[in-house]
Amino acid sequence: MVEGVEGYRHWRMEQDPEGILWLTLDRADSGANSLSAEVLLELERILPVVNRLRPMGLVLRSGKASGFIAGADVNEFSGLSSSAEALAHIERSQEIFRQLELLPVPTVAMIHGFCLGGGLELALACRVRVASDGAETRIGLPEVKLGIHPGFGGTVRLIALLGPAPAMDLMLTGRTVSGRGARKLGLVDACVPERHLARAAAAAILRPRPRRARSLGRQLTEVWPVKPVLAWLLRRKVAERARRSHYPAPYALIDLWSRFGGNPEAMYRAEARSVADLVIGSTARNLVRVFHLQEKLKALARTGVPAPRFVHVVGAGAMGGDIAAWCALQGMLVTVQDVDAGRLAKVVQRAGLLFRKKLKEPREAQAAMDRLVPDLTGAGVARADVVIEAIFEDPEAKKALYRSLEPRLKATAILATNTSSIPLEELAVVLERPERFVGLHFFNPVARMLLVEVVTMATTEPAAVDRATAFVGAIRRLPLPVKSSPGFLVNRILMPYLMEALTLVGEGASPAEVDRAALAFGMPMGPVLLADTVGLDICLSVARILSAHFGGVVPHQLEEMVAAGHLGKKTGQGFYRFRGGKPVVAKGPEPQPGGVMEQRLMLRLLNEAVACLREQVTLGEDLLDAGVIFGTGFAPFLGGPLWYNRQEGISLQEQQLKSLESLHGARFAPDSGWTSL
Amino acid sequence: MGVEGAYAGGRPVYFVDGSRTPFLKARGTPGPFHAADLAVAAGKALLARSPFEPGALDEVVFGCIIPSADEANIARIIALRLGCGKAVPAWTVQRNCGSGMQAIDCAAQDIAHGRADLVLAGGTEAMSQAPVLLNDAMVKVLADLAKARSAWAKLKVLARLRPGHFVPVISLLRGLTDPISGLNMGQTAEGLASAFGINRERMDAFAVESHRRLARAQDEGRLEELTPLYGGDGTLYDRDEGLRRDASLPALAKLKPAFEPPHGLVTAGNSAQITDGAACLLLASRAAVRKYGLKVLGRLEDCQWAGLEPSQMGLGPVHAMAPIMERQRLATADVDYWEINEAFATQVLACTEAWQSGPYCRKELGLEAPFQAIDPDRLNVDGGAVALGHPVGCSGARIVLHLLHVLGRNRARLGMASLCIGGGQGGAMLIRGAEGIEGLEGEGHG
Repeated sequence: MVEGVEGYRHWRMEQDPEGILWLTLDRADSGANSLSAEVLLELERILPVVNRLRPMGLVLRSGKASGFIAGADVNEFSGLSSSAEALAHIERSQEIFRQLELLPVPTVAMIHGFCLGGGLELALACRVRVASDGAETRIGLPEVKLGIHPGFGGTVRLIALLGPAPAMDLMLTGRTVSGRGARKLGLVDACVPERHLARAAAAAILRPRPRRARSLGRQLTEVWPVKPVLAWLLRRKVAERARRSHYPAPYALIDLWSRFGGNPEAMYRAEARSVADLVIGSTARNLVRVFHLQEKLKALARTGVPAPRFVHVVGAGAMGGDIAAWCALQGMLVTVQDVDAGRLAKVVQRAGLLFRKKLKEPREAQAAMDRLVPDLTGAGVARADVVIEAIFEDPEAKKALYRSLEPRLKATAILATNTSSIPLEELAVVLERPERFVGLHFFNPVARMLLVEVVTMATTEPAAVDRATAFVGAIRRLPLPVKSSPGFLVNRILMPYLMEALTLVGEGASPAEVDRAALAFGMPMGPVLLADTVGLDICLSVARILSAHFGGVVPHQLEEMVAAGHLGKKTGQGFYRFRGGKPVVAKGPEPQPGGVMEQRLMLRLLNEAVACLREQVTLGEDLLDAGVIFGTGFAPFLGGPLWYNRQEGISLQEQQLKSLESLHGARFAPDSGWTSL
Repeated sequence: MGVEGAYAGGRPVYFVDGSRTPFLKARGTPGPFHAADLAVAAGKALLARSPFEPGALDEVVFGCIIPSADEANIARIIALRLGCGKAVPAWTVQRNCGSGMQAIDCAAQDIAHGRADLVLAGGTEAMSQAPVLLNDAMVKVLADLAKARSAWAKLKVLARLRPGHFVPVISLLRGLTDPISGLNMGQTAEGLASAFGINRERMDAFAVESHRRLARAQDEGRLEELTPLYGGDGTLYDRDEGLRRDASLPALAKLKPAFEPPHGLVTAGNSAQITDGAACLLLASRAAVRKYGLKVLGRLEDCQWAGLEPSQMGLGPVHAMAPIMERQRLATADVDYWEINEAFATQVLACTEAWQSGPYCRKELGLEAPFQAIDPDRLNVDGGAVALGHPVGCSGARIVLHLLHVLGRNRARLGMASLCIGGGQGGAMLIRGAEGIEGLEGEGHG
């Protein structure tokens, strides 16, 4: 220990015989490092001590195995009540980072594992960064995903280090890079195996290497007229993914750079003001809520039971095949059963594409493929910990299959169905041991949709639910516990919204017009295009099952389309015409926010959400909101349907439903659940 | 030899399962699978249906003659890729065309001698992937280039390059040429044809029959040991590609001599095809059979390796089978089914001739009397390598595996699998079908 640096809760300091000072962050109250106010205030006190000691150099590192620093402390965001309070905090942090930057000795950030957000901003305030080449090293500035942008000087320093184009790309997408990727970008100065990391950090101090000169091309991007052109390009690219009224942060970041880039002092101040405004805005708050909802679902998966290792999937259709491939990607041993070897070959092909995309190392892609075993005879059933049935939606076929599967299951295995709409009770009648039967409802495409509904009956035994939930966590999906009732949660809530969209089309609106209304609200994809993408035959079958249980009319347009063989994307013709797998969308004027079409679409969804809460399809408002966000893509910046209802005002929403009811009929009648909200 | 069914003077060795890939015809460019990919495809299907974890294997032994540059000790690569885990040792054996059978012998010996209870053994070969090498002159240029310091020095080295430097060494052709006699394998077959007076029509007729039998086996679903291969591009490979259902005498008669034009008799049509494929078998001790309740397919009774003149390598089976017949006191009729690998139609025909030839058996094998003729209807009943191909390191395992299925299907007791080995050797294995094993009751489902 070094004199004068005792008494800190989160930081440790040692000086080695060569005179290098090793400053280690090891948050006392957490398994991972993040930059809480307390951590920063301690650093504020440490830096003058370092300045006084004048060591050979300073190495900043983490005492956590999990990584360097995961970012600012997200939990502290919600404590901020005003923009002024946020600004004060940000400016003080900026000043601490500046003190680090101004130290008269070489400073090195030694990075392993996560180095994200504020953590990377801290590393950027050091002169040199060295990173581990391990698979767990992820470096980036993902602030934009929480509705803000870097605020601790990161925008200034990253642009100065990399140049505007790569820096803005990193910050606007929020993507993270590996150690090697960071080395290539110039984000870190060296990337070495973890066993050499400390030596590399020391070498950067003892034998410093000259900086690379900035290329001419890079310098050019800072000057007129290149800068405004680049800014325009960036805005256009961002606009393809998100609109300013929904997600202001990326636009604010581009504005910040285009106005203040090249003037560091002004840009630091503007950065602080910009983040202070964003962080107390509704988008950031709701995105932080979504982050917490995601953590909540992840926590559900930690049931304490060991995760299964061997998965058997029956049915090599698109869904079964994608589930099997995803499980193999996540390290499971997977047998995928089908009597049709040709279908299995297609599964292998799609799996190969997935593995090569997700796993950069060819060897890892090969290992994933080795774990995926096409199975013509159902040999895997007897060894599987989880058997997932993913055959077509025919109760009789499913029951016949269960009869043949059940006698061969391991005693501890769970049997799961991927049905999207058939109540489990109807299928369970043929089982000797229905208590280990669950639904695992995956969404399409499996590799992108984070949610899996874990469907249980009243008679499902808790151990089976735990195993199913742990399984979902083990394949890095989010488990949502739902009750077995028609459509479960996600399809149940989506269906009225889809049906309203088709009704609107039936009334003469164009599909593109209807979809634009939903996009204006903040949905990721319009309902008509969603129906076309899912397949109109599937929509019709789910709609029939749901209307049989809950009433309502299936729009005749849907029946006619299916009867005519126009099933959407897969046949090239649905409500849209598809060319090369892409819909042909007619351009039209942007709808006014809150227009009547948007209201009709969204209020049916919002009303159904209230009904599901009342029926306890899933437990509690948070889980319901999480399910709808991660299962349907419901506008994350609005925080979820029930949250949105509360923000808008319960009575106002109910009022609007009543007025729509008087105009359009009983399908808009407010659910009885509104009164108890 | 006290114990019933003892192998190599030790414990009995049982075959409990096996699997092979379809044999894929080499088409002049590298095929879709490496040797390890083929073995993993065959092995993972087998392990997925086994009641034990892959880590329960005591070792993995594979034969492979021409692994690719990054497949050194390919058996270990296969074992790790099959999920056997770091603790399962694995080794690769090489006895040319006998490699797949050698792997089985090695596995069986370890079980017989109590060093192992459960072993995965097999053979794999991707002949289409056989490396194309730089010739020595080119290697020397590249070495000098690496040493040259200045740009001028490098240029001077490069200036030495002549067209001859770019002539590649085709390792597959080298591998199929005997370095001692200087003959390629086709030439040794020509020698046998001449020595035994086998004419072109007989060889072609044999080839047509091989195709006919394989076609029938496919149609009647007799190739139960097959595990399909699934290509990365979505292609399904679910049958042996070498089969020509249109094979006929007139068609074969049109082919030109492949090895000794213009007067030779051996053509591409009456020789084994160059193919990619893998086969593997699961071998177990009685203890392992009991422990996991394994279904026994058969028992390995005896094995013999023999050497003979390299230029006569095609007669290797005769030299390997004869000692087993003597040792086990068997007459030809005691063996229910025979598998003699069809490296060349004429080579199998020469073996059957030598087998029943008094002078040959007396002179070459020191036997007083020749063996009775082998019934053609009991030899290679589902066709052979002429129709389905001969992935060299794999074939030994394939014929043993297929013989087990033939014995099981016919509830037969004894079978002999044998092959000729480039370099002048032969290998043979005597197999007892499950039907012929006493006291198997209570040993799993056998």
